[in-house]
Amino acid sequence: MIRLEHVTKTFLTKNGNVHAVKDVSLEIQDGEIFGIIGFSGAGKSTLVRCINLLEKPESGAVIFEGRDLLKLSDKELRAQRQQMGMIFQHFNLMRSRTIYENIAFPLRHMRLKEDEIEKRVMSLLELIELKDRKDSYPSQLSGGQKQRVAIARALASRPKVLLCDEATSALDPHTTQQILQLIKRINKELNLTVILITHEMAVVKDICDRVAVMENGKVVEEGNIVDVFSHPKMPVTKNFINTTNNLGKIQDLLDSNHPLVQIEKNQKLVKLSYQSTNTKEALISTLSREYDVDCSIIFGNVEIVHEVPLGVLVCVLTGSDENIEKALEICRQNKVSVEVIK
Amino acid sequence: MMNFLIQIMPNLIDRIDVFGDAIIETLLMVLISGAVSALFGIVFGVILVVTRPGDILENRILNTILGRIIDLFRAVPFIILVMVLSPLTLLISGASIGLKATFFPLIVGTVPFFARQVEQAIAETDRGLVEASESMGLAPLEIIFKVYLRESVPSIIRATTITFISMIGLTAIVGAIGGGGLGAFCYNYGYSQSNFDIMWVSLIVIVILTIIVQLIGDLLVRKTTH
Repeated sequence: MIRLEHVTKTFLTKNGNVHAVKDVSLEIQDGEIFGIIGFSGAGKSTLVRCINLLEKPESGAVIFEGRDLLKLSDKELRAQRQQMGMIFQHFNLMRSRTIYENIAFPLRHMRLKEDEIEKRVMSLLELIELKDRKDSYPSQLSGGQKQRVAIARALASRPKVLLCDEATSALDPHTTQQILQLIKRINKELNLTVILITHEMAVVKDICDRVAVMENGKVVEEGNIVDVFSHPKMPVTKNFINTTNNLGKIQDLLDSNHPLVQIEKNQKLVKLSYQSTNTKEALISTLSREYDVDCSIIFGNVEIVHEVPLGVLVCVLTGSDENIEKALEICRQNKVSVEVIK
Repeated sequence: MMNFLIQIMPNLIDRIDVFGDAIIETLLMVLISGAVSALFGIVFGVILVVTRPGDILENRILNTILGRIIDLFRAVPFIILVMVLSPLTLLISGASIGLKATFFPLIVGTVPFFARQVEQAIAETDRGLVEASESMGLAPLEIIFKVYLRESVPSIIRATTITFISMIGLTAIVGAIGGGGLGAFCYNYGYSQSNFDIMWVSLIVIVILTIIVQLIGDLLVRKTTH
């Protein structure tokens, strides 16, 4: 549905050229929620603006439903933009207009009839559950409510894609969840493709089907969310994943040689990672029963990624070298990935 | 009562019919020149904003030229501007003294001031709103009217209030050098003849006008701010 081919965007500043986006190629499928994650300054906001050409890339192609947007006239481009809704970190609602008028705003410029506008706005107000606030002004709403209005406004022109630029970054965790659930719901109900920019792994983890990780203007890792989460390749990706759990702490413990991670001669410190779908068996019990390997868990974490639980256990195995080796082999056979830390 | 008034301001009561005309002339000067200046001021103010670097109709050359011309006019003291413009005033309005001759210099003197005020008011518009409107497919002209102007209505009203008040001051200057209105009245019948009652009453009327403009402005700002 959307294909970016070798998109590059450079900004000219006083201190020279800043390569905001470098040779990015991505393909976003119809109906999926695609996350783009990166630390601030990674170029993700510029990249999402290259999709509806709020920023014009100087090279590459932006293909939307088979048409290269860079080759369109201004007028054709504006027509295409109505097919792409966008929401922002700071909501960008019109302060001088009521909630109703804010949502009707894109429709008025599409020259729709008044009763058609009213029908659409009222059904959107119902969707975002703010029907009773239709005559309020944005300044009278909370952040979460404002973002819901912004979503309704973005959906008013019945777009095929929703671009979300840090849409939850200004919201508290509870409100973030509500907005994400709303986005997920409209993605399902309206079969709307969603592209979501964020610096929060928790956001991506909850609702994205696929994710691209950006660093220094480049996409360094990309894939199915569960794969990226269970087998991150790049340091920046691991970094992001560690922000949502305590795994990073283990490294701190190792570095400081904390008593918790000090092991005896007949012991091994291992990290076991698994997906819940293959851990129906009582693996740990099997290990101690059949291989005479004692397992003491010093750290555990279960992450629900896109409805798939991903677990990590760091444990100390006690037993003979031979038995431990056998035990780990059984783990591997059960699709638990094993990393011997020491 | 009448006797009391005659006693404290004999000269004014003597010229009461001229005084009435002078007030009307001042009002006409402020309203007509003000309306025309507001129109041009808004047009130039908008051009200054939308042509600045990075904005929707970026045009550095137009932006620089317009900005320089405005600053040039703003640098000239109004009283000198009126004198320098007088041949042109005669050409345009067919008169070099009297009420008719006041409109042109008042407009030329006010537009640059107002344009900068409007520019400042509109420039405060959140960049995000413009971006959001662009993302909805609005054309530049629609963004100017529906976002820039519409969203800065309170600030533009504030700027207009300041402009009208400073314009009341300018009407007194053009009045004193051959125009009409309270400035001329005060100068001709008050200052020239050392009639202090006339000067004082002119001053009071001007102050009252200023206060009324300010009150209306404040009221409108309150009504339009949400």
